[in-house]
Amino acid sequence: MLTKRIIACLDVHGGRVVKGVQFVDLIDAGDPATQAARHAREGADEIVLLDITATHEGRATLLDTVRRTARELFVPFAVGGGIRSADDAAQVFDAGADKVSVNSAALANPMLIDAIGRSFGAQAVVVAIDARRDPQAADPIRDAQVFVQGGRKPAGRRVVEWAREAEARGAGEILLTSMDSDGMRTGFDCELTAAVSEAVGIPVIASGGAGTVGHFTDVFGRGKADAALAASIFHFGISSARALKEELAKAGVSVRLPC
Amino acid sequence: MRVTVIDYKAGNLTSVLKALRHLGAEAEVTDGDLAPVEAAERMVLPGVGHFAATQRLDATGLTPAIRAAIARGVPFLGICVGMQWLYAGSSEAPSQPGLAHFPEHCTRFSESREKVPHVGWNSLEVRLGSRLLAGVEPGEFVYFTHSYKAPVTSDTAAITQYIEPFASAVERGNVMGVQFHPEKSGATGLKILGNFLSWEGASC
Repeated sequence: MLTKRIIACLDVHGGRVVKGVQFVDLIDAGDPATQAARHAREGADEIVLLDITATHEGRATLLDTVRRTARELFVPFAVGGGIRSADDAAQVFDAGADKVSVNSAALANPMLIDAIGRSFGAQAVVVAIDARRDPQAADPIRDAQVFVQGGRKPAGRRVVEWAREAEARGAGEILLTSMDSDGMRTGFDCELTAAVSEAVGIPVIASGGAGTVGHFTDVFGRGKADAALAASIFHFGISSARALKEELAKAGVSVRLPC
Repeated sequence: MRVTVIDYKAGNLTSVLKALRHLGAEAEVTDGDLAPVEAAERMVLPGVGHFAATQRLDATGLTPAIRAAIARGVPFLGICVGMQWLYAGSSEAPSQPGLAHFPEHCTRFSESREKVPHVGWNSLEVRLGSRLLAGVEPGEFVYFTHSYKAPVTSDTAAITQYIEPFASAVERGNVMGVQFHPEKSGATGLKILGNFLSWEGASC
């Protein structure tokens, strides 16, 4: 039986793992290679590394970080942040990533999704969407808006429509982050996740808001997510993927155990 | 041990090479040069992407060289599209023939409420006597990402359930294939690659 994936996410800034609430007040949380290996050892089904520096100068540092992190990692490994062209993606794949995650660059140039998919296959392209509900709209879910720049600037696209377009262009997965919930530990946005998951035929990874085991049960049930990303819940020894999955299994969620 | 990894420009090989080298193999890559295939001791055909990309194997003359190597008894492992290529073809690219070492065709998952591609960790029902999957216990998981799959036949070494039962591994003589990615399947995947690397060859 296909299991629900628990994905450990490492936000990386200048070659170090960092943690903050809604991209501010960053705290150093260790070396990416060490952290990724630990998460894999502790049962994470996949590792995502997001470079939140994403500056031109940071490219060499990022590639070096990806190379070091991938070296001893034998679970799927996705990398995002600053990938603006198929060439950028090729470098990240060469460094050892299995998938790339594209976000604002794909909004600016949607053909980027087609280009990476053509060269590396749809399974290698994750389109990350930073979403906010639109509280003014008649339907805050259907009209939820895509944001860029860490959730500060609206991209002028509706979330569900953009997810559909990404799929049509050859994305293999959608990584949906609720900017309203991110870092708050108050639960995933299950309604929005379900709306996106029902609108597309590709897997949807839910992100933003994980704080308790119940939040994961909810997003796999009501939220119809295929995978869920956890960042803050894993740091500083709060919980391991294995411990989380053992609890999920008790709640009837199909997960990869033992792991 | 030496392994020849065939590059046909369908996605990246980094992960496969890394896993083989981690297991102590000396992995060399060929993307059209026939000499390494002619001298190969063991071969891996990886592949992520589209079945049509296997056209490059025909264009470069690798297909007959691989066929000859297989006939010599060289252990061969196809991964993902590399496994599908061992069959007669795939509905993903109907005009592109496969190696036809196995006579069946690969097809897309049937229409259903489930998502396609099948992405994630799924389990294996290992058939008795599989050498490739020796030591893989019931309940171990491996990582899949694919939309097309091979049918269950007498050559099937493992069955996985998603929408319908399909062949997640195939094995006959020195020719083996896995639909999942052993290089991305943690300790279980490394064990499977290790079985392939340590396989001594046909006893006949």
